[in-house]
Amino acid sequence: MNIIGKRYWFFGLSLLIIIPGIIALALGGLKPSIDFTGGTMLEILFTSGKAPAPDEVRTALNDISIASTDEKLENIQIQTLGADGIVLRVQQIDQATIDAIIARLGETFGGVTLNMADNVGASVGGEVAQRAAGAVALAAIGIALYVWFAFRKLPNASRYGLAAVFSLVHDVLVLLGLEAILGLVLGWEADALFLTAVMTVIGFSVHDTIVVFDRIRENRVKHKYAPFETVVNHSIVQTLDRSINTTLTVLFTLLAMVLFGGATTRHFIIILLVGMASGAYSSIFNAAAILVVWENREWENWFSRFRRPAKAKA
Amino acid sequence: MSRAITWITVVIMAIAIMVVNIPKNILVFGQETRIRQGLDLQGGQQILLEADLPADQDIPAESLEVAAGVIENRVNALGVSEAVVQVSLPRRIVVELPGYDNPEEARKLIQNTGLLEFVQTQYRIEENTTIATDHLTSSGPALSGTPSSIFTPFLTNTPEPTATATTGFVVIATEQGAAGLDLQTTPTPAPTPVPGTVYHTIMTGADLESAQVGRDAANQPSVDFLLSENGAKIFADYTTNHTGWYLAIVLDKVVISCPTVSEPILGGYGSISGSFTAAQANQLAILLTYGAMPVPLKVIREQTVGPTLGQDSLRRSLIAGAIGLLAVALFMLLYYRLPGALADVALILYALTSLTIYRLIPVTFTLPGIAGFILSVGMAVDANVLIFERMKEELRAGKVLREAVDTGFSRAWLSIRDSNISTLITCAILIWFGSTFGASIVKGFAITLAVGVLVSMFTAILVTRNLLHLVLDRVDFSERHSWFGISDENPSITESTG
Repeated sequence: MNIIGKRYWFFGLSLLIIIPGIIALALGGLKPSIDFTGGTMLEILFTSGKAPAPDEVRTALNDISIASTDEKLENIQIQTLGADGIVLRVQQIDQATIDAIIARLGETFGGVTLNMADNVGASVGGEVAQRAAGAVALAAIGIALYVWFAFRKLPNASRYGLAAVFSLVHDVLVLLGLEAILGLVLGWEADALFLTAVMTVIGFSVHDTIVVFDRIRENRVKHKYAPFETVVNHSIVQTLDRSINTTLTVLFTLLAMVLFGGATTRHFIIILLVGMASGAYSSIFNAAAILVVWENREWENWFSRFRRPAKAKA
Repeated sequence: MSRAITWITVVIMAIAIMVVNIPKNILVFGQETRIRQGLDLQGGQQILLEADLPADQDIPAESLEVAAGVIENRVNALGVSEAVVQVSLPRRIVVELPGYDNPEEARKLIQNTGLLEFVQTQYRIEENTTIATDHLTSSGPALSGTPSSIFTPFLTNTPEPTATATTGFVVIATEQGAAGLDLQTTPTPAPTPVPGTVYHTIMTGADLESAQVGRDAANQPSVDFLLSENGAKIFADYTTNHTGWYLAIVLDKVVISCPTVSEPILGGYGSISGSFTAAQANQLAILLTYGAMPVPLKVIREQTVGPTLGQDSLRRSLIAGAIGLLAVALFMLLYYRLPGALADVALILYALTSLTIYRLIPVTFTLPGIAGFILSVGMAVDANVLIFERMKEELRAGKVLREAVDTGFSRAWLSIRDSNISTLITCAILIWFGSTFGASIVKGFAITLAVGVLVSMFTAILVTRNLLHLVLDRVDFSERHSWFGISDENPSITESTG
């Protein structure tokens, strides 16, 4: 099996997946939740068993204003939650206003229960957003340093760290793109759990990458005189069974949770599921391939020998 | 050596299973568990508080600790079990009230700064009136230099009181139907003080040594207090020099009682009486005893979760988890045969050990936390997959079985170690992130995953290895490679590059 030889095909496939996501991101598909922006989120269940349409809810709440400031409710966003619930998001409001909303919905649509209320101050939301970006950056740097340290005895050890980060950026882009597309289509919002899923995928993706790198580390000692490209491909093929099997076991459990688990964590699990698949893909097909591209300094040929750089030199 | 480890493993296994099984309902499919359930499972309230002081002002860690202690005492008085109050430096406190569902009440109780002031006034102030005093925050010093509009600043250089001359309880009686946290208005006596007056604070609750519920002369509940030496002195001075004036007792800038100073009070004892119910008197005594909040706090995030969805989600998640686990176990058994079966045993041990550790820490279980646990099962299996794949390679390369097993373990160890550390790095960052913002869901997930990763390194390597040795010692498998999931033909893999 020659995986490295087809590396540009695999890079291309990655781009094919990432580019629509980037377009969705550019269209503003990634909607930060109140975890990051501040505001109030109410999860409301209707005892009738059937949630009214979002527009009906909007009309019902038309003349409610915030008790303390007398402002109108702004940017009311309504999403259905299962058959009998809605999630309602507005700017940050006080308890009296929450009570007023619940009372109004109760009058209009029969019995309602407030299942969850989350009230986030704008300042803390902004800080969470900053720290979230910081957390992802910190994870990337920490992992790059660790991989560099773990492979410090190899020539060009820092490349391993950077290649690991590259595959990690790949996975983050895939997830951001997916979230943005789903944001456009289904109105999904990126919340603290989305961040958690992204971070977890980062950890797992690097996990897979390290397994391949570890094999390269071993094979370089064993096959001192083999060309780098051959050693890398050999290492990928040797670890392929393991990579696929591990990914399968993780995907089994996640798939079971998507299919049979509750609605509350479904968003989280789907992001994890796609992320794990992306992480396995980038570890097998991209991370080590970058080492080869770097070793051969192939970018020097990207423009002079356009379209034909993938031919193996080994 | 190997045998010793085997026995140690068995003992640990036994302990793990015992600890997990002692309580009646364990997590697996039990509605009730001894494992602490997060707010998303049992409902409740989470409040994130921040010091309400200018951003550039440093807040001493101790004062946040004290504030957390104060909140904890108040919350416990509410009767919420398993409440969690945690300081998140530099300026936050996270309060979790599982099973509690009264946002208004909880916010009041927590935000109440509990600042008790004794305020000098020439006229009676109606109870339940909010007044301004010259004592700004409980942490800052009283601004004794600020002149109040009506009264002359209080002088402290009056003759030493005889601190030992205990006159017994001095009852500061209020007019009937008047005091406590739940106040009714009383007829306003003339003359009334000018509105907008800034009153002078003589002393604060900091000078109070203790407070407890007592009974007044009419056998009504009252709050008796004992002053510190300094407090007793200030009290004696004031009551000596201002006989005939009033002394307003003010809690969080609201007057709770305004007795007349009928005679000098020298003993350092006092009593606040009025028409308290026993519960109100108790609440006030708690507020006074545990003192004022050393820093003013504001609510920056508040989350209330109803209990309706949680249990259903928990049940569904557990079922989903069980299905996922079964699929993994089956896969391992079919693909890796004998070692797979042993890995499944290690997996069961892994699950039990992790649950034991979750119980011991204790980890608060949330829905994402359960996902983290199930995900870490994948990780636990991964270590075994790595080892077994390596074993198969060595077998194909023509090594004898036992040698293949040993090489498999020793070579795979490096990969396992390095790759798990990367997951631990991200977990550590998530735990940090989660604690800063009281995002217990994020934190719960990360802790669960981290514990799972650590335990899996132990079970997947030590346990599987010893089980495998145990079996190999007794049965000769040298001619039965199919038991290890490989066919007897030897495909060459060294030619894999093209």
